[in-house]
Amino acid sequence: MLKEPKFIFDPLLRGRRRPFMLTGVDTTETQTTPPPGVVLARAERPKGMKNSDGKRMLWVSHMTRIRDHQDQAAFAELFDHFAPRVKGFLIKSGANNSLAEECAQEVMATCWHKAHMFDPARASVATWIFTIARNRKIDVLRKERRPEPEELTWGPEEEPDQADVMAIQQESEILGRAIAELPEAQRELIQKAYFGDFTHSEIADQTGLPLGTIKSRIRLALERLRHAMK
Amino acid sequence: MKMAHEIKHHLTDDILMGYAAGTLPEAFNLMVAAHLSLCDTCRAQAESFDAVGGEVLNESMSNSAAMTSDSLAATMALIADGAMNSEAAVEQTADPVLPKPLRNYVGGSLDDVNWRGVGMGVKQAILPTSSGASARLLFIPAGAAMPDHGHRGVEMTMVLKGAFQDEDGYFARGDVEIADSDLHHTPVADIHEDCICLAVTDAPLTFEGLLPKIVQRFARI
Repeated sequence: MLKEPKFIFDPLLRGRRRPFMLTGVDTTETQTTPPPGVVLARAERPKGMKNSDGKRMLWVSHMTRIRDHQDQAAFAELFDHFAPRVKGFLIKSGANNSLAEECAQEVMATCWHKAHMFDPARASVATWIFTIARNRKIDVLRKERRPEPEELTWGPEEEPDQADVMAIQQESEILGRAIAELPEAQRELIQKAYFGDFTHSEIADQTGLPLGTIKSRIRLALERLRHAMK
Repeated sequence: MKMAHEIKHHLTDDILMGYAAGTLPEAFNLMVAAHLSLCDTCRAQAESFDAVGGEVLNESMSNSAAMTSDSLAATMALIADGAMNSEAAVEQTADPVLPKPLRNYVGGSLDDVNWRGVGMGVKQAILPTSSGASARLLFIPAGAAMPDHGHRGVEMTMVLKGAFQDEDGYFARGDVEIADSDLHHTPVADIHEDCICLAVTDAPLTFEGLLPKIVQRFARI
């Protein structure tokens, strides 16, 4: 749990069919969004945003801007952060430099095109980009298709609750810290499991990953989706 | 109206983590995708393992690789070219037995499955996946027994319709039985209904009972 709220949540904005908004601790103003087509010189940062939250809410708001306003400045920031990580992931997975570069660009382009598919009540932006990069890896390096479960997505006019969005972003933060605090050997094992093409089957048992709370959060998000889809 | 069956036999964490990490063979991925379509408990767990991948990616400063200087411009050009050919997804109608990932592999609905008899009324249809592991649909007539068989590798069997019972318990729609080389079992289909299962394995099955070796080779079980 966070000691002080980093975001103030306005219950009036909770209803569905509203875009989710961020408000900073030091202002009650909601963010102004530019009209479609207008590109900001630099993506606006929600006020009160601190680096200590791992920028997760910032990335979420960037995804909204990309989805709703084709905001190239927000995309550029996302790109700066994630593209080199995706490229590194692909190199670790066996791609050479030029293939990894090409795939990382494709992964980031997919983030733009599929921005409407990102559900911030179920995943962090990092998680979502990881899944796109992983699928690209399977497609390009293993030349296989990857079967995906039946989609569970919000309808075109529905949005997840802002409270759920913040909860899952916080859980991601907690999970990230927990991984960082694992003993070195275990952390390396997890890195290998995800970054190498490594089929070791006992990793899940050995690592003692604290997945209980994030799992129940995701489960809740799935239940709400199922309910909304009825 | 039958009550929705509560899934009792789930996938294991190592399988779900492998699915998230992208290290399973295609046939296993198909099993996971089919099960997650029916089981939100495992879907939430799989997405938790996705979250681990996201955190590993996010924190991997030391593993990141510099992009070329014009990479953002190149990506914007890619974006301007429009969405990449998202896999030719044929939109099929819902099927009460086959979840979507399986419909993609049979190219339609249950009616489109290319069954081959393998004896005793049992039918199978091998699904096209990469080598390393195989996936097939099995049809077992109500009340019939599958030949007693052991395993050299890992075999996962998920019920899609009907139910079966074996030494490990009762398995209905969505339940997965995971068998390794230790388990010798004789699944018997529930008497009330024909049973349809998805079975995947990373090694050929070894039959001891009814099917002679020659049939086994012929049937590619």
